[in-house]
Amino acid sequence: MNTKQNKAVNFLLNNMVPIMFVIICAILLPLSGFSPGYLLNEIITRMGRNTFLVLCLLFPIMSGMGLNFGMTLGAMAAEIAIIFVADWQIWGIPGIVLAMIMSIPISILLGWFCGTVMNMAMGREMITGYIMNFFMGGGIYLLVVLYMMGPVIPIIHSSIKLPRGYGIRNTVSLLNMRQALDDLLAVRIGGVKIPVLTFLLIGLLCLFIVWFRRTKLGQDMRAVGQDMNVARDAGIKVERTRVISIIMSTVFAGFGMVIYLQNMGNLPTYTAHSQIGMFCIAALLVGGASVDRASIGNAFLGVTLFHLMFIAAPAAGTAIIGDSMIGEYFRVFASYGVITLALIMYEMKKHRNKSQMGQMLAQAQREEGGAS
Amino acid sequence: MYQVAYADALRYWLGKMGLPRLIIAGFLILLYIVAPFVGADFATQITNTVNRFSWNAILVLAMVPMVHSGCGLNFGLPLGIISGLLGATLSIQFGFTGAFSFVMAIVIATPFAVVFGTGYGALLNKIKGGEMMIATYVGFSAISFMCMMWLLLPYTSPTMVWGLSGSGLRPTISLEGFYDQVLAKILHIKVGNLEIPTGSLLFFVLLAFLMWLFLRTKTGTAMTAVGSNRVFAQAAGINVDRTRTLSVILSTWLGAVGILVYQQGFGFIQLYTAPTNMTLPTVSAILIGGASVNKASIPNVIIGTILFQGMVTMTPTIVNAVIRMDISEVVRVIVTQGMILYALTRKTEGTK
Amino acid sequence: MEKQGTPLLQMQNIKKDFFGNQVLTDINFTLGAGEVLGLCGENGAGKSTLMKILFGMDVIRETGGYSGDILLNGEKAVFNTPFDALAAGIGMVHQEFSLIPGFTAAENIVLNREPVKKTLLSEVFGERLNTLNYKTIAETSAKAIQKMGVQIDADMRISDMPVGHKQFTEIARELSKDQLKLLILDEPTAVLTEKEAAALLDSIRNMAAQGIAVIFITHRLQEILSVCDKVVVMRDGYVVRDVPAKETSVSDITKWMVGRNVESSAAPSEKAAAAESGGKTILSIRNLWVDMPGETVRNVSLDVREGEILGIGGLAGQGKLGIPNGVMGLYDAGGHVEFNGKEIPLNSPKVCLNASLAFVSEDRRGVGLLLDESLEWNIAFPAMQVQNKFLKHFGPITLRDEKAIHAVTQKYIDELMIKCTSSQQKARELSGGNQQKVCLAKAFALEPKFLFVSEPTRGIDVGAKSLVLDALKKFNRERGVTVVMISSELEELRQTCDRIAIVSGGKIAGILPASESSEEFGMLMVSQVK
Repeated sequence: MNTKQNKAVNFLLNNMVPIMFVIICAILLPLSGFSPGYLLNEIITRMGRNTFLVLCLLFPIMSGMGLNFGMTLGAMAAEIAIIFVADWQIWGIPGIVLAMIMSIPISILLGWFCGTVMNMAMGREMITGYIMNFFMGGGIYLLVVLYMMGPVIPIIHSSIKLPRGYGIRNTVSLLNMRQALDDLLAVRIGGVKIPVLTFLLIGLLCLFIVWFRRTKLGQDMRAVGQDMNVARDAGIKVERTRVISIIMSTVFAGFGMVIYLQNMGNLPTYTAHSQIGMFCIAALLVGGASVDRASIGNAFLGVTLFHLMFIAAPAAGTAIIGDSMIGEYFRVFASYGVITLALIMYEMKKHRNKSQMGQMLAQAQREEGGAS
Repeated sequence: MYQVAYADALRYWLGKMGLPRLIIAGFLILLYIVAPFVGADFATQITNTVNRFSWNAILVLAMVPMVHSGCGLNFGLPLGIISGLLGATLSIQFGFTGAFSFVMAIVIATPFAVVFGTGYGALLNKIKGGEMMIATYVGFSAISFMCMMWLLLPYTSPTMVWGLSGSGLRPTISLEGFYDQVLAKILHIKVGNLEIPTGSLLFFVLLAFLMWLFLRTKTGTAMTAVGSNRVFAQAAGINVDRTRTLSVILSTWLGAVGILVYQQGFGFIQLYTAPTNMTLPTVSAILIGGASVNKASIPNVIIGTILFQGMVTMTPTIVNAVIRMDISEVVRVIVTQGMILYALTRKTEGTK
Repeated sequence: MEKQGTPLLQMQNIKKDFFGNQVLTDINFTLGAGEVLGLCGENGAGKSTLMKILFGMDVIRETGGYSGDILLNGEKAVFNTPFDALAAGIGMVHQEFSLIPGFTAAENIVLNREPVKKTLLSEVFGERLNTLNYKTIAETSAKAIQKMGVQIDADMRISDMPVGHKQFTEIARELSKDQLKLLILDEPTAVLTEKEAAALLDSIRNMAAQGIAVIFITHRLQEILSVCDKVVVMRDGYVVRDVPAKETSVSDITKWMVGRNVESSAAPSEKAAAAESGGKTILSIRNLWVDMPGETVRNVSLDVREGEILGIGGLAGQGKLGIPNGVMGLYDAGGHVEFNGKEIPLNSPKVCLNASLAFVSEDRRGVGLLLDESLEWNIAFPAMQVQNKFLKHFGPITLRDEKAIHAVTQKYIDELMIKCTSSQQKARELSGGNQQKVCLAKAFALEPKFLFVSEPTRGIDVGAKSLVLDALKKFNRERGVTVVMISSELEELRQTCDRIAIVSGGKIAGILPASESSEEFGMLMVSQVK
């Protein structure tokens, strides 16, 4: 009976975050007053838009580098690629495919840089990735897009250029590729649009991840993630493996961002990437992942729960105190809160593991004392 | 005259610091040299730099205690700022005005800083080694929580709440009639275009001196030792957790006072998400001053704030004049974040 | 002893020094295929250095390499990295496990040598995208486990395994390498239960029968006799004996291991006699357990007499270091400690220091010093914090008295002849010996009644050694401070102490006067305390 209770307690503790979010959603959804059909439609749209991005976080977790706050670098690569594609007026599916292809070299370059810096700051990967995202986003990306595009990097169409003659406008319209991917092969079931092709791509990535775990590289990443020194002694190139995992994460984040942008239908040039990392990480954690362990299931559950909360919060806020701002602040608070909680639980688990040995010794001695 | 002072400072750096600081210092000196050629008024530039220094120096000083006790760079600065904001808004709400409202803001902020600092310190003691990342997100969580609170708390003072609905604080609150420039005006010096906010500088000097003194007391010595080698301190009978908590409380309180001083210089209280943007520049400033993740001194604070704020005030006018592009923001971000990245990739000294 | 033909391994005139400190001198021995060689000696005798040379470990190259030749099958072999040694057919099982905790035994056995299948993507992106061939992995590991002869579950995760099975997984990993000709086992039985140890010995015999040569390092001499063909005994960097196992006994080996000219080194006997006759018990330890990783203490009871120097000796990892660390509150501990008739609560360094106990830790750089602070800080800090020394008062404010701190530091710099540029120098910049003196000075500045000194001479040169030991003796004789000194070097204990307690398996194996013969101590060290 005792063990049964323990099991139940353990289950609750291990799944505290998802359970909490189920409760939050259960409270917010009725208050928001949305119809189930509307909610279903929204959730499916948002799953198509975000899941690919969330899945790209799995690679660095596998290699023990924690939550990749630097995934925004991939998003930036995709944005730069999309700006070019928009400038060249290549629209629809060809535009999307070209943007994905063009994002690859930029992602590799940025991912390599990020991974190398993280290797220099071993043990502090997460904060390094977090700062890296500001360094690139607020610094280098701005330098390229706001100043170099025009005078240095040729931009043909003035429609996307700022009136002053250089730099890209605050918003780049992607109207001509808007939901091109989602609409191709789309199926409507009772008013709910299902973007089949997008989900197929997501499914493909899931299959790739499952397959990847069984490759030599995947095995090496797991080994490096669990014990770097043992892996190094066995001859695995630890640094290289870690950099590859960041590069993979960045490249897939680039693809994910292209999917995200084609769904949105426009590119907010300077803000699109700023929150993406945080929301993806929060979503993954809401799904029950932790800093050192995450699965595909966590990603799907997380995206669903997190976005339910995200949709419902402003409306629920309006319903309770007549101010939609409160709901918007609440969902930001919930995102930050869940990341904070996950980080704290991860660190505390590390410390708890250390303190159990002493109790075992005292116990052994007591038994010995009792016997003699 | 300034050249001499800088030469001295430069020699001091050359002794002990790495490339990035030299580059930043060199860049700043270059800006000063170029300034006359692009027609920037030297006295105005100095006034700007000194002014910004007087706003920010105490916030940078708030980094020192936690670095000393080994808690790392205080990415949790928003907690201190929130204490300060509570002090500021409550002081106005209770109807205090003029210089007295500043004193009361500090008085009211203090218990908040102590309570937040204690809780935050207790948390950081449970997660030794992972402080910086968690501090960042504790700060963010606190800011977004307070965003809701600024809307919900029953403030009524007409200077602060939305005019129409009569509830919920406005994002920016003017301090005119309260403590706008209250320190800066003390012994204020004005010669031509050169203005010195003497009072604010003196207030910083006072706090910096108290901090310097504290680091020389028995407890202050223990704090430094905890940061230098935690196990050594523990073996010498120091209560490591309590010392760390004390340092967190001090940092939080200094953060509260720091934001109040910032407000009196700036002239406004900024609420909601505004505190988000305070942390990284502050962290960066002390690093530019020569601090590392686990060593920081008062000279680091002073030099770092001068360099950082000098850069912030000089780049827009000078760089833009030279290359005719408003590129200052980008330069600032690259320097700020680049400096933090650089510090993170350094092996910490001493601690294991 | 020589077999016909070329032996598998020949070590010829191996010499090695660490920065002028000779640790191996003229090591010669040979080993034939299918032979089992037992290698024994005290800690510091040079066994592990020798094995590191044989296995091509980086540390050897980084410290200036070695001289002499290693011949494999009669050909000179040079190993620059462990991977060279592995390729040449040498496998080594280290004392620390080198296993990935979340992997199964099978996955660990084939770690980084996984059999793979080619895939489409691997043709494009390189062979790291080959998929693992789980069937072959299972076969390979099953074969290795069978070769070892001890049954372990290949599909069990390492983190779920008992310690013994982890050890067997490591051995199986070495056996799974086809080229393996020589296996080095470094104290493999230390973590095993009796049953597991017996199984391991069987497995060693089994390997030898298949033609694999084994070098077996252990402190359990009985095991050597039961499984080895020949025994090599090392002491102070020399091979002192190389005999067939059949022609020797446990007591012989013990004598060779610790034996030295016995008479010269014992402590002055009058003093020992005085201690023998009793005196007040100043510190009494009852039922102490300490959770210090690698130095676990189990149920230790010990009395220390006022004014004596008590030595605590024993082999590494047996728990001797755990005793002072537990009493002084640095590691989790339980039990009772009484000092001067008063109970001292455990797990609180502060209370111990207040009660006039002091501790010089074996971990100089980790625990003993503030490496990035000045000598002044290092020496004065505990006394300032615990006893409010070196402080001056300005009304309500109490500040450091820099003058007094400087004075006391200077005093100890002179007294202990600490070599430094000034008392402001950073502790990091001093040599090991001088750092150790700073640690002693720090304890002396507390003016304690009782002093624990842990491994005071570890890693310091001969000159500094005698200075440190003399300083300790002087401190004991002149100020009447009771000293407990923990050291792995028996001779050093016998020169310095009045009585010596030997710890084995986390328990006190016995306490003898320092004048007792080395063999007696040796027997205690290798004894198994139930």
